Amino acid sequence: MSTAKPAAGTAAHSVVEPSATSKRVAATLVILYAVITMVPLAWIFLTSIKSPPDSISYPPKLLFTPSLEGYCNLFTTRTRQTPEYIAALPPPENTCDAVTRERNMVIAGPSNFLPRFVNSLIIAFGSTFLAVGLGTLAAYGFSRFKVPLADDLLFFILSTRMMPPIAVAIPIFLMYRELGLSDTAIGMMLLYTAVNVSLAVWLLKGFIDEIPREYEEAAMIDGYTRLQAFRKVVLPQATTGIAATAIFCLIFAWNEYAFASLLTSGSAQTAPPFIPTIIGEGGQDWPAVAAGTTIFLVPILVFTILLRKQLLRGITFGAVRK
Amino acid sequence: MADVILKGITKSFGDKRAVDAVDLHIHDGEFVVLLGPTGAGKTTTLRLIAGLETPDAGTLHIGGRPMQGLAPASRDVAFVFQQYSLYPHLTVYENLAFPLRSPARRMDAATIDARVRQVAKMVRIDHKLENRSTRLSGGEMQRVAIGRALVRRPSIYLMDEPLSSLDAKLRAELRLELKRIQKELGATLLYVTHDQIEAMTMADRIGILSEGRLVQIGTPREIYTDPANLHVAARLGQPHINILPVGLLPGAEAPAGTAKVGARTEHIAIARQDGGNARVDWIEHLGDQNHLHIKVGEHRLVTLADPDMPVAPGDGISVALRNPLYFGQDGNRLDGRRLA
Repeated sequence: MSTAKPAAGTAAHSVVEPSATSKRVAATLVILYAVITMVPLAWIFLTSIKSPPDSISYPPKLLFTPSLEGYCNLFTTRTRQTPEYIAALPPPENTCDAVTRERNMVIAGPSNFLPRFVNSLIIAFGSTFLAVGLGTLAAYGFSRFKVPLADDLLFFILSTRMMPPIAVAIPIFLMYRELGLSDTAIGMMLLYTAVNVSLAVWLLKGFIDEIPREYEEAAMIDGYTRLQAFRKVVLPQATTGIAATAIFCLIFAWNEYAFASLLTSGSAQTAPPFIPTIIGEGGQDWPAVAAGTTIFLVPILVFTILLRKQLLRGITFGAVRK
Repeated sequence: MADVILKGITKSFGDKRAVDAVDLHIHDGEFVVLLGPTGAGKTTTLRLIAGLETPDAGTLHIGGRPMQGLAPASRDVAFVFQQYSLYPHLTVYENLAFPLRSPARRMDAATIDARVRQVAKMVRIDHKLENRSTRLSGGEMQRVAIGRALVRRPSIYLMDEPLSSLDAKLRAELRLELKRIQKELGATLLYVTHDQIEAMTMADRIGILSEGRLVQIGTPREIYTDPANLHVAARLGQPHINILPVGLLPGAEAPAGTAKVGARTEHIAIARQDGGNARVDWIEHLGDQNHLHIKVGEHRLVTLADPDMPVAPGDGISVALRNPLYFGQDGNRLDGRRLA
């Protein structure tokens, strides 16, 4: 590499190392952006630990006594009782009992939130697994073999994402009704897999193209079949791409609202269409909604943190001498 | 170890003929080097033998077994690639053990361990077995890559410019080591390079490839002193052979039909002489020797000179030929073989 002469007047300025000023500007911008995106999340979390009166007070309260009422209301259904009935009850067994009785109510049973949340977990992780699995195999095929009309097929796969998915909502609704897939976890998994697999194929093809063929060829000469070489040599080196793709797929499937509210209503309903329905149960219960939203954020957060190492490791291609 | 026999092996990619009717018999325990410029078909020949490409025509036998239709895994060959030589997600030990752990072999752990340690010692990497393969220098990586081939004891080792991306000093070291290991094991080895020094120093026989054809094969000495044509002559010798028109210099007895005279440095006699038939144009000082760039009329030639020879650019000099090589219009040698 040739070393460029520094221009006159910038002798102290290195070409590769950013100056202290530009580093400070960059840091400020990043922090500003982080604050802007974090404020709504922080507000949701704060609302979730407010009491219902605090949550709607104006001006909004920044200092308040934390309350678990939102979380209690999220996980339970309650019935209103007379103060005399409540006074006659044995002492409250737990915090939620106590909080509920202060509002002249008793806990009648569990709410639907937990099963809906579990539905979300099953459908989102299931469809992510399917989309990434199918996507990896398809991407490997497109990357390594001479597929007839490969470019057209890839374009066709991509084109399924060119319209907003909701444009096909009505046909899918009718089709699902005929096939008995409405309001089933399998149906939702298949739908999200179908939407995500195109993204997965394109993302993963890029990652697999980057892995030199020589590794598999070496493995095949060393006594492995192609499938074994794929598993032993390609997959470990594609983990970065697979992790990134999985996160994208999971976020889509986890957050999807439109199809979920159209196609699910009962046993297979996911959390996104369920959370807004909390508002209707006994006034505008914003702490309960905020509590539902807060809990809803946790799996994505955990998943991203778990895969962060894979994402950042950026498998070192140091053994590759170019 | 076994004989490897190629007969009429041909392979095209689209319109381009990469390997054209190559016949090659590699004897058991022989070190054969294929030498040629980029695109001559060297790598394709190796890949055809390994089974990574299928030939359009021709047959291949390894140890008497026909290889047609056999997957790379069942051919009993080992391959050292020019690049991407190590699995980056594995340690040195795991890289060396990888071929032995293959389902095709099913060795027990103790045997694998013994083999890996023995080979690691042979390629002098036994102190870094637990390192990640990405944490090695270029020379160490290439030693591990060669080691990964050696653990196998296959019928033939195929090596595709394994030293080309190393610096000159390491290359010289590994060249010696590789030759030593090959002799020690009595290994059959087909080695591809465009480096004439590697070819001259390691090979039992050199095959010269040009545009997919095997132009000449013979001992390094034969290839050097008896090149079949201009192309082969140009592959070996430092400085490069000088191609001159007939009658430019005295001392030649060109046979009828000679179109070009090829003069290596040992075919050129020079003497300091004012008003000689040539003039010194430039001198490159290499320390132990000088490259003398000489102008004869409009023609330039380069030859070696003693560093003590008292000449300077612009000096007159007399140049004569001593038994040069003669080539016809088609580039083929005209004078007979000298070694025979």
